[in-house]
Amino acid sequence: MRGGRYPWLSTAGFYGLAALFMLPTVFVFYWMITLSLKPQVEAMASPPSFVRFSVTMAGYREVFTKYPFFLYTWNSLVVAAGCTALGLVVGLPAAYSIARWRQQRLAVVILVARIIPGIAYLIPWYIFFRRLRMVDTYGALILTHLIVGLPIIIWVMISFFEDVPADLEDAALIDGCSYFSAFWRIALPLVKPGVVATAILSFVFSWNNFLFSVILAGRSTRTLPIAVYTMISYEEINWGTLAAAATLITLPVLLVALLAQRHIVSGLTFGAVKQ
Amino acid sequence: MLLVAVIIVYPILYTAWMSLQEWFASSLTAPHFIGLANYRKIALADARFREAVGRTVYFTIVAVGAETILGLAMALLFNREFWGRGLLRTLAILPMVATPTAIGLVFVMMYHPSLGVANYLLSVVGLSPWRWTYSSQTALYALALVDVWQWTPLIMLIALAGLASLPREPYEAAHLDGASTLRAFWHITLPLLRPALVVAVLFRAIDALKTFDIIFVMTQGGPANASETINILLFNQAFSYFNMGYASSMAVALFAVVMGASLILIKVRRSTTW
Repeated sequence: MRGGRYPWLSTAGFYGLAALFMLPTVFVFYWMITLSLKPQVEAMASPPSFVRFSVTMAGYREVFTKYPFFLYTWNSLVVAAGCTALGLVVGLPAAYSIARWRQQRLAVVILVARIIPGIAYLIPWYIFFRRLRMVDTYGALILTHLIVGLPIIIWVMISFFEDVPADLEDAALIDGCSYFSAFWRIALPLVKPGVVATAILSFVFSWNNFLFSVILAGRSTRTLPIAVYTMISYEEINWGTLAAAATLITLPVLLVALLAQRHIVSGLTFGAVKQ
Repeated sequence: MLLVAVIIVYPILYTAWMSLQEWFASSLTAPHFIGLANYRKIALADARFREAVGRTVYFTIVAVGAETILGLAMALLFNREFWGRGLLRTLAILPMVATPTAIGLVFVMMYHPSLGVANYLLSVVGLSPWRWTYSSQTALYALALVDVWQWTPLIMLIALAGLASLPREPYEAAHLDGASTLRAFWHITLPLLRPALVVAVLFRAIDALKTFDIIFVMTQGGPANASETINILLFNQAFSYFNMGYASSMAVALFAVVMGASLILIKVRRSTTW
């Protein structure tokens, strides 16, 4: 639809403006990746080189040899996967029952959980886990990351479950199905796209989480964001190495998000946009 | 069900209870009840906390304001069929899912006063260099810019969805009446889009008030406390000084600020005049 509502804007002008708007988005990622491939001299060169530079893998090599980066990656994976799995096990039935029996009060609790600052949770969790000597365990991290993931899973899934016609389950119940198998065999398969999307979101949020992990992760369970943060504190470190670490953390979530982008928007907007 | 309640509700009640006590987690003395003394302190005696509140609100207004204007402008531009729509949405999603810690790190390098690419780009277009996060005058704006970079697409996506659901008839009527594009935008698009926009601003405001990662990674509240928001101050009280009771009362206060902002925005949504 050329011109459309704004006939004064030519096609060329439109693409020019579009490029201008999207340039910063692309540039930051471009800069991160190129910086990670530059040798130290060029990374800090002035004026900086945008296109022509010599490519080196030194930054990446350093990330893996100087720091236990594999361990950090593994930690991040375990925590994010554990948090997502647990979140689905708890969140799906919760969302289902809120949707089916219109438990508005519980829905409000979920919404409030989205509003409450994470740090208000961190203080009691910290005291609690210290008493149980659970600081620096996967369990503590997974449980705390649930705070971020669970409200999103439940909130987004409520609207998915509401779209499933209740007649289907009623028919199953009349045929002698239990409530659980009505949920498991009928409702759940119908909302599969939603489950995939919320699982990915929950994974991404846990992967990105900094606040909970910086306090509750210790030497052996440190996740990637914390590892990067501690790297910054060494002032003399290579920019190439820092950028390599940043790239390594960001790329997995970017890839995962790309695969499921259709549904992710509705989760990111907490259900405000349905695709 | 029970587990949900335990995970979500119990810690909050505990925080509220802690906020009425004086307790240093580093000491051996047990917490003791001091009533509302912590609240009296933050409300009356603690100038640093008051400044942090002001800063938090200011950061949110600057960041979310810029995001709303930019996001709305982009949504209006992109509200048409064009080649590359899918690509646009992909690009819009990327900053939102990118790890804030890593993004903060990249911006720290870009903001470097003498070696960073940001000042180089400024000099190319003929502007004088900034000190970005390295000066107490500009730190908060430099941080807000990162937030704008990351979250403008969210407003754009919500506004786009809102625009897509607008009816066509009012525009045709306005066109027949000879109204200009600008007037049609002001009198038809904006009022119809308001519910979607308020939702977008609401979510952004809630999260911007709670911003922690990028500030902590990039400036730790500095230089000279210039970017110390409630969250940063509170984090240091709790986990550098282990002043748990006092930090809890700040957490409750922060929650009140966020909740208050949400309620105001919801009210804006309900009221009939723009």
